Amino acid sequence: MQVQEPLTILIAEDSAADRLLLSTIVRRQGHEVLTAANGAEALDLFRQQRPDLVLMDAMMPVMDGFEAARQIKALAGETLVPIIFLTSLTESEALVRCLDAGGDDFLAKPYNQVILAAKIKAMDRLRRLQATVLQQRDLIAKHHDYLLNEQRVAKAVFDKVAHSGCLSAPNIRYLQSPYALFNGDLLLAAYTPAGDMHVLLGDFTGHGLPAAVGAMPLAEVFYGMTAKGYGLAETLREMNAKLKRILPVDMFCCATLLCLSSQRRSVEVWNGGMPDGYLHRIATGERVPLAARHLPLGVLSPQAFDDCTEVHPMAVGDRVFLLSDGVIDTSDASDQLFGVERLQQVFAANREPDRLFEDIEQALRDFRGEARDDVSMVEVSLLEPAQVKPSAPVYSDSGQSCPLDWSVSFEFCGATLKRFNPLPYLLQLLLEVHGLRAQSGALYSVLAELYSNALEHGVLGLDSSLKRDAAGFARYYQQRNDRLEALQDGFVRVHLQVQPQGDGGRLVIRVDDSGKGFDVARVMDRPLDGVRLSGRGVSLVRQLGRNASWSDEGRSARVEFSWEVQA
Amino acid sequence: MADTHIDREALSVLREVMEEGYPELLDTFLADSESRLGELQKTSDAKVLSEVAHSFKGSASNMGAVRLAALCQELESDAKDKSPAEIVKLVAEISGEFAEVRPVYESEKHPAHTH
Repeated sequence: MQVQEPLTILIAEDSAADRLLLSTIVRRQGHEVLTAANGAEALDLFRQQRPDLVLMDAMMPVMDGFEAARQIKALAGETLVPIIFLTSLTESEALVRCLDAGGDDFLAKPYNQVILAAKIKAMDRLRRLQATVLQQRDLIAKHHDYLLNEQRVAKAVFDKVAHSGCLSAPNIRYLQSPYALFNGDLLLAAYTPAGDMHVLLGDFTGHGLPAAVGAMPLAEVFYGMTAKGYGLAETLREMNAKLKRILPVDMFCCATLLCLSSQRRSVEVWNGGMPDGYLHRIATGERVPLAARHLPLGVLSPQAFDDCTEVHPMAVGDRVFLLSDGVIDTSDASDQLFGVERLQQVFAANREPDRLFEDIEQALRDFRGEARDDVSMVEVSLLEPAQVKPSAPVYSDSGQSCPLDWSVSFEFCGATLKRFNPLPYLLQLLLEVHGLRAQSGALYSVLAELYSNALEHGVLGLDSSLKRDAAGFARYYQQRNDRLEALQDGFVRVHLQVQPQGDGGRLVIRVDDSGKGFDVARVMDRPLDGVRLSGRGVSLVRQLGRNASWSDEGRSARVEFSWEVQA
Repeated sequence: MADTHIDREALSVLREVMEEGYPELLDTFLADSESRLGELQKTSDAKVLSEVAHSFKGSASNMGAVRLAALCQELESDAKDKSPAEIVKLVAEISGEFAEVRPVYESEKHPAHTH
């Protein structure tokens, strides 16, 4: 037989003979014994000595066993102090009273020492089990606190990174659990140097810290590349390559990336594995689905990754709505999913566009009865270009080494044009000139416009009049992708010249291309403020830059930026 | 002494369990029983009778006094239904039974005693 660890056992029994007999039996079984002749004594002894187990007579003078048991149980709290009632009670009602008072077992008179030993052993097992459970519960609670604290720190660090963007811009509305990061949900937004807005809604596989670890590098790439003027394609390629490199194979990130451009009145979309987003055209009420056309980020090798985006025209006030699968996959008590159809019913029933989130939340509550904590939604509307106020970039250098008299020429040919975006490099170069920094937005917009005109209308020969309506808009970008893919030769040349001028200076940008050119006189005759989808580039360049002119039958564009006082 | 009064087997277990404490247990039982008998004889309150009989029954059964335990059991359960005369009669029976078994316990105290 297994040796039992000695316990301290309190015996409360008013009959002196029974008390003597029982304490002898118990002592002979190897335990420490405390004796009490009534309930009140038992309670005092319990307070002082905290015995492990109590053998309690039910009927005692002064305080009976029932009351003593109740009070001992209350004193013991969470610790299990087993109470075995010593009784010759035979009526079931009396036995029920013992249990109600907190008794754990009975021992009938006359005492049988074998049964008593077995009962003490069983109760001791139970007592230890309870102690282990409590200990483990406390340990779990401690770990839980520790984990929460870690999450709090991780979240604080991450919030600093995530909120470095422009989620607070007036045209963004979003709804996310404060701990969405630990559900793997990620929402980022930032302005490009041209004042376009990049938005990412992502959903990492998994939950908890594993789901959150990928968010940091992804956010870094997103903010770093957006701020430098990279487009969606390059940013996506970099994000995919980075995640592919650092994440284990079973982890990846579903994501939708948007580029909203007030200047071009368009939204560029890439959706890898997220639920359909929606472009809501306010004028017609139409909701254009922005469906997933790609695998999530971090799945494909850089070679196999497809960065092909879709571009949709957008009017001022139109909205793009994105959501996480927490919305669609919310399930009710019978495991039915909320689903796309119910979401569309909410869309249809929505009367106030500004209350769409509330309507969806209400529908989810009605459907399920309780809120899920991994529901993320974001809605971005298109502003007038004048309403866009990107925050000014912060530069850390002193300006002592600002170069003021130089020129440089680049020629980008054939295959380079397919994949390489030279604009971030050109912009970085130009922003070494402090006088230009105040105009970085306009500068970037003009550079981007001239470059894409040279590439799309020049080298690729795309007809800008296609973009007159929404269907043509889509066709235009389809052709752009096709022709770029098939591109063999052609070039875009960029010539930059910086000269000092009085207290300030002047930058001349010239962009030449190998295309067919265009009827400069006819385009220049158009009013400057047209809001047509087509031919916006020229008008934009003329508004943002100085002395814009086109020569060589439209194949060569020239524009100036100047500044007065050196920064 | 007939086996209807005392469970001899129980006594030998007690002797074995108690070892040198056996005489003390016997003394305690006898003193305890006397005081309980006194309590039974001086009250007519059914509740007190029942409670004392309950305790007396418990120690009597532990000590192998089977008939004494049975009589106490009867008093415990029927005290409230019996007439005073019946109770006096039953208490007298308990007292008689105790007087009957007392010498057995007295003699058990002597270490030389064997069965």
